[in-house]
Amino acid sequence: MPDPHISVTLVNELNLLAAGLFLLATFGLVATRQVLDCVALFAGQSVLLAASAALLGHEAASDHLYAVAAITIVAKALLIPWLLRRTASEAVVARREISQVLNIPTSLLIALGLSILAYFLAAPLRAAAPAGQVGVNLPIGLAALLIGAFTVTVRREALPQVLGLLSMENGAFFAGVAIAPDLPLFAELAAAFDVLVIALVMGLLTRKLQERAGSTSVADLTDLREE
Amino acid sequence: MIVHLLYNVLQALVVLLFAPLMTGISAKLKERLQSHRGPSVFQPYYDLWKLFHKDEIVSHESTWIFRVTPYVVFVAPLFVALLIPVLTDYPLFFAFMGDMLGGGFILALGGFFATLAAIDTANPYGPMGASRTRMVGFLAEPVFMIVFFTVSVVAGSTIPYIVQQRWVHPPANFFDPAHVLLMIAFFMLILAETGRLPVDNPSGHFELAMIDESKGLEYSGRGAALMKWGSAMKFFVLLCIFLNVLVAPWGLASSQNLAAVLAAVPLVLLKMVLCILALVGVESSFAKLRLFRITEFLGAAFVVCVAALLIRLMEL
Repeated sequence: MPDPHISVTLVNELNLLAAGLFLLATFGLVATRQVLDCVALFAGQSVLLAASAALLGHEAASDHLYAVAAITIVAKALLIPWLLRRTASEAVVARREISQVLNIPTSLLIALGLSILAYFLAAPLRAAAPAGQVGVNLPIGLAALLIGAFTVTVRREALPQVLGLLSMENGAFFAGVAIAPDLPLFAELAAAFDVLVIALVMGLLTRKLQERAGSTSVADLTDLREE
Repeated sequence: MIVHLLYNVLQALVVLLFAPLMTGISAKLKERLQSHRGPSVFQPYYDLWKLFHKDEIVSHESTWIFRVTPYVVFVAPLFVALLIPVLTDYPLFFAFMGDMLGGGFILALGGFFATLAAIDTANPYGPMGASRTRMVGFLAEPVFMIVFFTVSVVAGSTIPYIVQQRWVHPPANFFDPAHVLLMIAFFMLILAETGRLPVDNPSGHFELAMIDESKGLEYSGRGAALMKWGSAMKFFVLLCIFLNVLVAPWGLASSQNLAAVLAAVPLVLLKMVLCILALVGVESSFAKLRLFRITEFLGAAFVVCVAALLIRLMEL
C-alpha cells in the first residue's frame, strides 16, 4: 500500500542506506573475531536484506517483495541464527577467537578490493538493464557474493565458513530483488527452505566434527581416516 | 561584516569557556554509568584554577620547545574554532580562510609540538607515549584524508559551512549512506584521536600503558593547566566538527540577531552531552585494545570510510 506522504526520494535514500549497511555487515563477517558476533552480524545482514526488499516492494508496489522480506526475516534473521546456536556445540560457540589465514586488516583490504571489482563487474550489466531499475542493489549484491566466497576461503573455522556461504546467498538475493521483482513466491519459499536445511546440516556437521576431532578448525582436518 | 567578526570571536570564547565543562560532564557520566559518584562536573575548572596558582618547574635540560608547546597546544583549537560552525549555520568572518583540511592541519600542529616536547625532556615515559601517539596518529591520518575526500565528493566542497547544509537539503539526504557511514567512521576517529577507551584509557595512571597522557607528565603549574585546557578544547572542537558539520546543523542559529546566536549555545551543549553519552557508553562497554589491535580498529574505520566513497560511486 503506497503511502503518499513518503516521497519516492526518501524511499530511494533509505534503500541506499540499507545497501550501505548491508555492505558494512558483510565486511564485518570477514573481520569479526568472535563466533557469536558473526552470527549476530549475519542476522543483521539478513534484516537489511529484508528492509531493502520491503523498500523496493513499496517503490514497485509489488506484494512479492513484501513476501520476500517476511520470509527473509523469519528464516534468516530468526531461525538460522537460532538453529546454528542450538546445533553447534558449546565449545564452538564459547570459543572467543576465530583463527584466520590472513590478518584482519589485510583481509579487510582484500574485501574492499573485491567490492571495487564488483562495482566494475556490475557496470556493464547496469548499462544493459532498463534505466533506474537495478540501482545500487546489483553491485552491492555482487560484492556480498564475492566477499562471502572470500570469507569461506579465509576463515579456518567451520561455523564462520557456513556464515560466509549464507552471506553469499544473501548477496545473490540482494541483487535478485532488484533484478526480478516478480519472482514467483514458490521459488522464494524453496530457496528459503533450502538455506534453512543447509544451515541445519552444517550445524550438525560442525557439532559432529567437534565431537570426533576435538576441533572445528579446518586446518587440522588434513587426512581422511576410516574407523 | 563587523557582526560576523564578533560572532566569530564569540565562537572562540564559547569553546574556551565550555570545553572544561564538557570534559567534566564526560568524566561524571562515565563514573555514574559505572555506579560511582564521580567528581563534580566543574572539577576541571577547579583543577585549572589550582594549577594556575602553582609554581612551574622546568628542567634545565629542556629547550625552548618545552616552554612554547603549552601555548601552541592551547591556541591551536581556538584557531580551528574560528573556521568551523560552532553556533551559526551561516558562514562567519573567517569561514573561508581554511577548510576542514586546514583545520585538521592546525590541530595536527598542536599534536606535533606536544610530541616534540615529550621527547625534549628526556623523561623515559615521554618519548614512549610520544611514539605511541604517533603510531595511532599515522594510522588515523589516512582515515581523516578519506573522510575529507568523501566529503568533498559528496558535498562538492570541504568548507564546513557548505558541507553541513548538504546533509539536510533536502531532508532525505540525511539518510544518504555516504553520510551515515561517514558519521560512523568519524565517531571511531574521535575515539582514537582523543585517547578514549578502545584505543587508550584516559583515566589510567599506569605510565607504561599510557598513550596520550604520558606526554604531559613533565608539565607543572601553568604549563600543565594550558596543556589540560588545550586538550579539553581539542575534544570540544572535534565534537563540534562531528556534530555540526558531519551530522547535521540542527540547533544552530540561522538568523543574524544576537539572541538567536546566544540561544544556540545551550542547544549545542545539549547535542554534545548526547554525543558524550554515546561515547561514554562505548567507553564503558569495551575493554582497551592491545597496542597492535589498534591497527584493526583504525583499519575498520578506514574500510567504513572507503565503503562510503564506494557507495557514492555506485549511486551515480
